[in-house]
Formats: sequence, structure tokens, C-alpha cells
Amino acid sequence: MNAHLVLRIGPWSLRLRPRTVVVSSLLVAAALALAVVNLSTGDFPVPFPDVLRSLFGSASDGTAYVVRELRLPRVAVAMLVGAALGISGAIFQSLTRNPLGSPDFIGLTVGAATGALVVMLLLGGSGLSVAAGALIGCLITFGVIYLLAFRRGAQPVRLVLMGIGVSTMLAAFDTLLIVRAKLEEAMEAQRWLIGSVNTSTMVEVALIGGALLVLLPPLVRYGRELEMLSLGDEAAIAHGIRAERSRLVLAVISVTLAAVATAVAGPIAFVALAAPQLASRLTRAPGANIGAAAAMGAFLLTASDWIGRRVLPLDLPVGVVTAALGGLYLTWLLAGEWRRGRQLL
Amino acid sequence: MDNRLGARELTLAYDGAPVVDDLHLDIADGSFTVIVGPNACGKSTLLKALARVLKPRSGSVLLDGAAIASYPTREVARRLGLLPQSPLVPPGIVVEDLVARGRFAHQRLLRQWSTEDAAAVADAMRLTQVTDLASRYVDELSGGQRQRVWLAMVLAQQTSIMLLDEPTTFLDLAHQIDVLDICAELHEGGRTIVAVLHDLNQACRYATNLVVMRGGVVVAQGPPADVMTADLVNDVFGVPCLVIPDPATGTPLVVPVDRSRRALLPQ
Ligand SMILES: Nc1ncnc2c1ncn2[C@@H]1O[C@H](COP(=O)(O)OP(=O)(O)O)[C@@H](O)[C@H]1O
Ligand SMILES: [Mg+2]
Repeated sequence: MNAHLVLRIGPWSLRLRPRTVVVSSLLVAAALALAVVNLSTGDFPVPFPDVLRSLFGSASDGTAYVVRELRLPRVAVAMLVGAALGISGAIFQSLTRNPLGSPDFIGLTVGAATGALVVMLLLGGSGLSVAAGALIGCLITFGVIYLLAFRRGAQPVRLVLMGIGVSTMLAAFDTLLIVRAKLEEAMEAQRWLIGSVNTSTMVEVALIGGALLVLLPPLVRYGRELEMLSLGDEAAIAHGIRAERSRLVLAVISVTLAAVATAVAGPIAFVALAAPQLASRLTRAPGANIGAAAAMGAFLLTASDWIGRRVLPLDLPVGVVTAALGGLYLTWLLAGEWRRGRQLL
Repeated sequence: MDNRLGARELTLAYDGAPVVDDLHLDIADGSFTVIVGPNACGKSTLLKALARVLKPRSGSVLLDGAAIASYPTREVARRLGLLPQSPLVPPGIVVEDLVARGRFAHQRLLRQWSTEDAAAVADAMRLTQVTDLASRYVDELSGGQRQRVWLAMVLAQQTSIMLLDEPTTFLDLAHQIDVLDICAELHEGGRTIVAVLHDLNQACRYATNLVVMRGGVVVAQGPPADVMTADLVNDVFGVPCLVIPDPATGTPLVVPVDRSRRALLPQ
């Protein structure tokens, strides 16, 4: 059940947990399958073989246009944003030792939203500058939270409570911005706040894909240190880890992913919270389960997009679906922890 | 060299006033050094500084002739291991995985599990008798079992110096003896052990070198037979007592005397 598989080639060795590999692969496969479904369905149905043909470049122009230009960006953004949120949540929950310590709970997503609204409503920007605003808003919020609660070891309860406080203040400010805005602008802002991949383009695919690609190497390196940090700072340092630096690097990776994801798709609720936990339930492995959380995030968001588009009668933004499912999940989580006699806060 | 590990003019503090002040200490190679002293006198703080977990306010810790701060963190972890007073159990981890984490300082991204890693973990688990617990969840173990698992983890690190902060606290008598016997075995195998203990009689039995602290300074140091006197115990712990030879080992045995029987004390 907990056995490892060790691959050795010469002096090199990798240690894998077969169950984790299988679970992650199945999740990726399920996400890809749903992605193909999403590519094939819509006002202009495209049969599966034609979807594959358009992707690999031998379909008729019209079909290829629908699949590649109209649908692919949305599907790709859903998967990549889901993966980014899954990773981000896995890191933060492990650093804070709290299932609620995910970016959407400690105020980072709201910070990103405020940044985006400031650009949209006060500076009159659109498109990429909104994304930049979200990024900056998220990073500033993180800076504040880091200084207040994160040094000297993340203190989970303080962090979550602080996050709730920061979120509430920022949300009030967001409301103020919207109330003061012109009607169309306010509607546009409100739409952004729901979180959606409906209007994604290849620019967004490149942004989120690029962020994942750039952050992958440090993630692989520091992911191993994350496991050691869960022994407490003293033990981690005694095993050769520079705890403070390691924690800062991991937090910055996590925040950047959450920030870019929010910049690209708006504040999508609950994926960062739920994906890591559902993933580790399936892998039954200790630690952050970063890879499995990424796969679970991609699957959850792709599935939510499918539900929003196909299962419900109208084309709902994916943020509405994740918020509804996430609310159920949170209730279930809190009830479960409460029954087990543990307190999250 | 006779002392691979030592402290020079070491002053340690958290935020406010120094907890340990201008401390000198040499840990003799191959010794079983036991640190005793009242609560909050700075034992854990000293141990953390010796393991480079806490940065000194002034002075330095020397390891193999150089300031410990001048080593890469990982290099320190290959020479010296620390079992903190209260390490955290990662949720959902099983015994074997926790012990395996002791190998971190010897591993690389692309050398995640060498044959030495496997051997070190198996040896550590055998020595601490946790092999049978390998696939049990650590947070479901008894205190005694869990402490042996932590010892196994430090042991898997394969350092010749091991610092153990209160390895026996919260264990019943049988498990205390268990853990101390493992330490003694490690010591006989050539390791240098530095442990913080509370029971003075156990300290006297197992230590080759006893370090007595009070208020952040070392008040006495040496073989237990020379150090452990009734005056010292009264002085440091404020407990009047008799010190007699331990009938089992001949080492000093501290017999506290309560208020109503003070008359028994020699004047
Ligand atoms: N992390 C910390 N932050 C601030 N003060 C601390 C910390 N750890 C210990 N202290 C203080 O330092 C003093 C010595 O503590 P410690 O070394 O743990 O004592 P001992 O291990 O001898 O019982 C105590 O007064 C304690 O309150
Ligand atoms: Mg202590």
C-alpha cells in the first residue's frame, strides 16, 4: 500500500510511489478525455476523430478553426489554470499545516481581484493590463501577509484569520469600486469577478503555460524541501534545509501561480482548496502531493467547465460551478473535521 | 582532535535578554554527555545552537575546528544530528517513510534512493526495534514507539554526533530504559551522544560526562561521580537530598529528602 518503486540507472535513482503515479495518470487521462469532449461539443458539433485531426493539423479549415481558434484556448486555459491552482493550494496547505490555508482563503485571490478592478475601473485598462493588475494586487497582498504572519514559521491560525480580515477589507473596497463605476463597466467588472474561461485566448494560454513552465524547475527542487519542512523548522534545519529561505521560495512559487491563474481566468473559487485534499485522499500519500494536486486541479476545472457548458441549460462561467461545488465541499470538510474532534480554526 | 564539537563565548537569545550567557563547552569525542538543569535554564536553546538551528547572538560553535556557521547547512547535517524536543509528525505518514526522511542530507534530486539509503534506514529501524512497525501510521503509535521512531530517523542520518533533546520525557519507566539503552548501544558503537535528561539518577548511570546548567551557564561538568553531590543538587535544583552509591551500578544515586525528614540530612 505504501510501498515505493525505486528506479536506478547507474548512480541515479528515483523513488516513486506507484499508487501516486497511477492516480495522477488517471486524473490527467480523465481531464484530457473531458477536454476532447469540450472541444467536440457546442453550437457546431465536431466528431471526435475530427477534433483529433484538427489538433494535429489535417482537418478542413472550418473545422480546424472552430476547434483550434474558438475552443482550444478555453479548454487549455481551464486545464492549466486548474493545475496551477492545485499546485498553489498544495504548497500553501502544507506550509501552513492547515486544510484552509489555501490562497483563496488567506486573501490572495481577493487581492488579485482588487488589483484587476483598480486597473479596470480606475485606470480604464483592459486585457493584459487587467491581468497585470491582478498579478500585482496578489503579490502586494502576499507581501503584507508574509510580513504580518509568515516569518518565523507559518502560524496557521493567525494566517487564516489574518487572511479573512484582509479579504473582508479588500472585498469592501472592491464593492466600493463597483458601486462608483459606470453601469457597463460595473457589469464587466462583475463578470470578471465570477471567474471564467469563456473568453480565453491563446495569449492567456501562453501566460499560464509559461508561468507553469518557468516555475517547474524550482518546484521540483523545493518540493522535496517542503516535505522536510513539515517536520517543523528545527528538524528541517537539522537535516540540512535553510528553512526560512525555503519557505519563502515555496510561498513565492505558490503565490505566483495563484496570481497568474487569477489574472488569466478571474478569481476561481475552491479549486486550490479542494484539489490537494481530494488528491491526497486518492493517493493516500503523506506530504503535499504536488503532482497529483496539479492533475486533480486540471481535472476539476475541466469537469466544472463541462458541467457549466453542457449539463446545465445555459453556458455558465466555470467560476459559478466551482463556487457551488466548492461550497458543498467546504461544508463536508468542516463537518468531517468537526466529527473527528479536530478544529480548523 | 579530542573535541569535534564545542562552544566558545556562546551567548544565545531569542528576542530579549540572553538565555545562555558566555558559555564554554567541549563535547569530548566518543562521550555520552548528559545535560541536566532546571526547566527553562537553556538546555534546549544550547542544543539548538550546537546543531546550528539557532544563530548565536555572539560567540560561536566549533565543529571540527571551524565555526559551524561556515559550513553549508547540508554538510552540518551529515556530521551532526539533532532530535528536537518536540518535532512535528507530518499528517498521514507511516514509520518507514518518516525514518527515510532522515536520509535527506545524503540525497540529491537525481539520487533519491541509493543502496546506502536503503541500508541505513533498515539498520536504523532494526537498532531501534521499529522494523515491525514499518507500515504503521506514526500518529497512531504510543509515545514509547514514537520516540523510538524519531530516534531511528536521526540514526538513519548516520552522523557520528547525535544531539537528543529530552528523548525520555513523557515515557513510562520501561520505555525510558529502552531509549536510554539504545543510546548506550550507539555510544558503545563509537558515536558521540549529547542528551538532555531530567532524571538525575539515569543521567548518572548513563553519562560519561555530566553537564549541569543553571540560568544559562554551566555550573559543573565532569564524570558523574565527581560532579553529582548533595550540595550541587541543593544548589541547582533547590532540593535537599542524600547522594549514595547506586546499589546496581555504583554511580551516584540522588535521594531527595522531603521537608518532614530534613532531620535525616547530615549537617
Ligand atoms: N522560541 C522561543 N522564543 C522565545 N523564547 C524562548 C523560545 N524558546 C525558549 N525560550 C525561552 O528561553 C528560555 C530557555 O528555554 P529552553 O532552552 O527551552 O529551556 P530548557 O530546555 O532548559 O527547559 C526560557 O525562558 C524560554 O521561555
Ligand atoms: Mg527543553
